[in-house]
Amino acid sequence: MIASFAGFGLGLRKPHYAEFLETKVAVDFVEVISENFMVDGGRPRRILREVRDRYPVALHGVSMSLGSADGLDGAYLARLRALVEEIEPLFVSDHLSWSRIDGFNSHDLLPLPYTREALELVCANIAHAQDVLGREILVENPSTYIDFAPADMTEWEFLDRVCARTGCGLLLDVNNVYVSASNHGFDPLAYLDGVPHDRVRQIHLAGHSQGRELLIDTHDQPVPHPVWNLYAHVLPRLGAVATMIERDDAIPPLHKLLAELRTARRIAGAPARAAA
Amino acid sequence: MSLLDLQRDMRAWLAREDAAAAERLGGTDIAPGLRVHQNNFRVQLATCLEDSFARTCDWIGGEDFHQAVVAHVERVSPSSWTLDAYPRDFPATLGLLHPADPEIAELAWIDLALAKAFAGPDAVPLAPAELGEVDWDHAILHLTPTLDLTDLATNSTAIWSALAEGAEPPPLQLLPEMGAILVWREGEAARFRAIGQLELQALLSVRAGLPFSGLCATLVEELGEQAGVAWAGQLLGQWLADGLIVSITTGIA
Repeated sequence: MIASFAGFGLGLRKPHYAEFLETKVAVDFVEVISENFMVDGGRPRRILREVRDRYPVALHGVSMSLGSADGLDGAYLARLRALVEEIEPLFVSDHLSWSRIDGFNSHDLLPLPYTREALELVCANIAHAQDVLGREILVENPSTYIDFAPADMTEWEFLDRVCARTGCGLLLDVNNVYVSASNHGFDPLAYLDGVPHDRVRQIHLAGHSQGRELLIDTHDQPVPHPVWNLYAHVLPRLGAVATMIERDDAIPPLHKLLAELRTARRIAGAPARAAA
Repeated sequence: MSLLDLQRDMRAWLAREDAAAAERLGGTDIAPGLRVHQNNFRVQLATCLEDSFARTCDWIGGEDFHQAVVAHVERVSPSSWTLDAYPRDFPATLGLLHPADPEIAELAWIDLALAKAFAGPDAVPLAPAELGEVDWDHAILHLTPTLDLTDLATNSTAIWSALAEGAEPPPLQLLPEMGAILVWREGEAARFRAIGQLELQALLSVRAGLPFSGLCATLVEELGEQAGVAWAGQLLGQWLADGLIVSITTGIA
């Protein structure tokens, strides 16, 4: 079982590198995109080492492709393992999605049908990844724009079974729940009540945008009120979790993200943390 | 439909906008979602190329560059887990689209090589003070792992530098004889230097394991005793100053 970490953090993004390295930012941890640092050397690796000296780090991936029907990429896993061994992260996470098939990589988080066949395959891939990495991983619920029919179970039932069978934890992205619920017409509270609460180790909070026909998980907006409300709903049901604000586009000054993080602390009833 | 078939159909939709595949996946019921993923796929690749080839884009202009991006996305599907790998074939696409303008593919090669060097393997350059004990008769120079080399037919290095500084680029010129370029990273800065064919061949030979004495002999053969030895010394000094040499071994077991 993955150890819990109670804290509040931010995604580390380039415009904020200097502040994170030159000051002690009021966060309990930072999360980085694993692939950005799975390079041979140079500035990216040096920055990550220095950040790791100052803050606990969570590694969050986008390319493991846990749902690929032709299995995982061994070269990818080897590189990730090397990074994990060097950084000793709080968590290693990736998405309940797929990106790659037959040597083609979409570089997008593509949706899975929630069928028994997909469940078997995702569980096998997670077990393989955990074997190679030598540790259990967190699996994040995706924002989805396609609801493949027919399905044998809901997404939250799928996640419950994945966690039970593989021992993995859950990275619960509350914004993704809201986006998918809006796009597919299910009740987000039923989702939040249905996930395995004892497996949640990390929470993502983010914003989204209204596309032409669907809500899009753009990560370019502040966390909106409906997502804060869902966070307030689920938090009392969970044990100790690491909460973070995830912003990937239209990145504002750091103090604005820290203000959002203070909102998360207030909802959680956690004391504010001063910068050193 | 099996998961494998579903994923192959999704690939066909993303890469070729295959309408039959889209129909098998769910047709109009899922059309809005298919459009979202089609857009995500293309925007990711286009953004990757735009970010990777800024100076090339400056030179050929936004509209031509956009056409090249569209052609490349049609021609080359991404295969690696990292998007950093996707730009590697773009200079070849530019070469196909602009066969009469060799400087375009050369500028793209420079953009690409600098990006590769930026995140390439770390290495500590040899300090001149460490040369005191070297047995030059058997010395083998080991070059920095970020070293990259290619031929040049034009003054693309001068064009690239001017564009990077926001200055007016010089007029395109074909070099009077084939030149070359070397790219490497010194500290955290990716750098390049225009070189001649003689230095290119010297670097390729040394990288392949030719001892320094062998390089001297080759240069003496090509240039004569005095000029060959002088050239070898000059190259050694330049490579040390550039931080290209990371170690020297004797090659004696």
